[in-house]
Amino acid sequence: MTERLTKPLLAVAAPALALVAAFALTSLVLIIAGDPTGEVWSTILTPPEARNVVNVVNAATVYYLSALAVAIGFRMNLFNIGVDGQYRVATFAAAVVAGEAWLPGILGTVLAVLAAVLVGAAWAGIAGVLRASRGVSEVISTIMLNFIATSLVAYSLRRVAVREEGSNIIGTREIPAESRVPGLPLLGEVNGEIYGFVVVAALCGAGYWFLLNRTRFGFDLRATGQSPEAAVASGVNVKRMIVTAMLLSGGVAGLVGLPILLGSAYTYGSTFQSGIGFAGIAIALLGRNHPVGIALGALLFAYLEEQSNPLQILVDVSPDIVKITQGIIVLTVVISYEVVRRYGQRVEQRRVAQALERPEGERAGVTT
Amino acid sequence: MRRMTKTAALLSTAALVLSACGGGGETDTGNGGDGTGSGAQSDIKVGMAYDVGGRGDESFNDAAAAGLDRAVEKFGFESQESEAALDEAETQREERLRTFADAGVDPIIAVGFAYSPSVAKVSKEYPEVNFAIIDDEVATGKNIANLVFAEEEGSFLVGAAAALKTKADHIGFIGGVNVPLIKKFEAGFKAGATEVTPDIEIDTTYLTQPPDFSGFNDPAKGKTAAQGMYDNGADIVYHAAGGSGGGLFEAASESGNLAIGVDSDQYETADPSVQDVILTSMLKNVDVAVEEYLTDVEAGDVPSGVTRYDLSVNGVGYSTSGGQVDDITDQLEEFKQQIIDGEIKVPTS
Repeated sequence: MTERLTKPLLAVAAPALALVAAFALTSLVLIIAGDPTGEVWSTILTPPEARNVVNVVNAATVYYLSALAVAIGFRMNLFNIGVDGQYRVATFAAAVVAGEAWLPGILGTVLAVLAAVLVGAAWAGIAGVLRASRGVSEVISTIMLNFIATSLVAYSLRRVAVREEGSNIIGTREIPAESRVPGLPLLGEVNGEIYGFVVVAALCGAGYWFLLNRTRFGFDLRATGQSPEAAVASGVNVKRMIVTAMLLSGGVAGLVGLPILLGSAYTYGSTFQSGIGFAGIAIALLGRNHPVGIALGALLFAYLEEQSNPLQILVDVSPDIVKITQGIIVLTVVISYEVVRRYGQRVEQRRVAQALERPEGERAGVTT
Repeated sequence: MRRMTKTAALLSTAALVLSACGGGGETDTGNGGDGTGSGAQSDIKVGMAYDVGGRGDESFNDAAAAGLDRAVEKFGFESQESEAALDEAETQREERLRTFADAGVDPIIAVGFAYSPSVAKVSKEYPEVNFAIIDDEVATGKNIANLVFAEEEGSFLVGAAAALKTKADHIGFIGGVNVPLIKKFEAGFKAGATEVTPDIEIDTTYLTQPPDFSGFNDPAKGKTAAQGMYDNGADIVYHAAGGSGGGLFEAASESGNLAIGVDSDQYETADPSVQDVILTSMLKNVDVAVEEYLTDVEAGDVPSGVTRYDLSVNGVGYSTSGGQVDDITDQLEEFKQQIIDGEIKVPTS
């Protein structure tokens, strides 16, 4: 009876504890810095207007894909720090493919998406192959590949870029109107459109859940992540799993920049958003690698960023405070899950110990 | 798995907090509230949207801030400020401009070419509000003023100064980030140097590639690059690298060589211990442009369209403080006149 109650309670306790702790710690930072704590929170917690909701959903879509890519690696005990480089190389490739309009209309879009997935997978695959064949840590190789991606894209961009007279921004050729992904004007035309890609992101989340929890492959992947030795014993080819997991992770990473590219920017240029891959790591941790958890984490991060934007204008506090809050949330989530896990363990041990003290006949009821 | 989660959490938290520190700097010193310096009073509220680095970057953003401060002092404007975050989305730039507009701010000054798409978009949503953008002439409209500079002309003159002063016939150029804007500095510098000494040796390097814009704010990278150039035999190095230039001055000071500053008169703003290595600075008078724009706003005659700040209106130039170029100012003035008269055409790329 108590077990049925404590389990869900503990599951809710961890994130709640984390948010309360993050709230308290951020307030402490604000107080120490001498900033108006109350005004900061009231600005951040003001209900967003419709157009801000659209922005939050759009930003969350991008973060979601990024965190999903990271989570695939995490489940296999691979730390893919390279999502940032993977999505930039992939988005650039997609921008060129779609911009050159080799195929008309929707076919061009499909080709661009395929190009992005393949390029992202290939870029991550390099790290996977290095790990499988030479034992190079994927942490090191993906970081290095991020730097190479930056240089490669910057160089290629200068080769293919078109530049308007008088502009200081260079970018790829603009994607023709018929190859763009239309947005969803769910909250009215004036408030902007939600990226059509939000559907793709949701499908990716569902696919991720199905693949990991309902297929043989997913089981092998999780098993390899938890204990490579045990996986080998049960006939899993660990090296192939490493390469496959990196390819999958990179393939999803390839999608990260596409909502922006096909939904609003229509060109890849020197001001295209960077750093999404790193936000993805934090969000994957926050969401505990669970597709729904990641969605909540992505929404939370996007919400905090959107709501902090006016801080400097309205309250004269640097929006950097939100970066600190985000960092604290990630830390407190990890810590509070650990605390709750240990607490749960102790409760469990006590219960088992109590049960064992009881006479033989009553022990049948214990389920652990 | 659990251990990795903890490591990953620590790493990503550190990254978030470090980026907060890096971008932050002096943000809180902005005079956000009411900028009533003198007795003057005005109903005009000016909004300034800085690029990454914001007020306190000792470079481009600071120059814009200086212009704003002078206008606030003179006319008693109210001013509000906000700065871009590293790795932000396009929508965040747009939203920043909308927040200003919704708060009754008019005019809104966007500092830096990164705002070009967002100014183009938001200015249409608020046709009654006036916008100004620095370093961009693509975003155009009835309510947009484009303040642009002939960086190549000023760079030509400091290039000529470097060629006249070098003893090794070997000089260097350090660009912050490899973007077309900084290419203009490089092109002008090279043209000026080769005008004086056609076979002069010029080393060129860029600290970072886009989208990594840290090259504008990383003195350590600037120092390493400069040391390499001095070791390689260059004796004067010019930088167009914003805050990274501090590293160049240190390297010049340690190796007993000379450096050329950029944007503002860096002889005046740099640390006194490195003042003597600053031969001259290429002046890009963003502060003058901002102040003039706001002066027109005060007069009720809000400018729109492109205003080009070149040598002929002293929008760009070179500094003479420190006295190190006193013996060649005649030659430099001659070049300046030739450029103004169109006898010398300075390339932009």
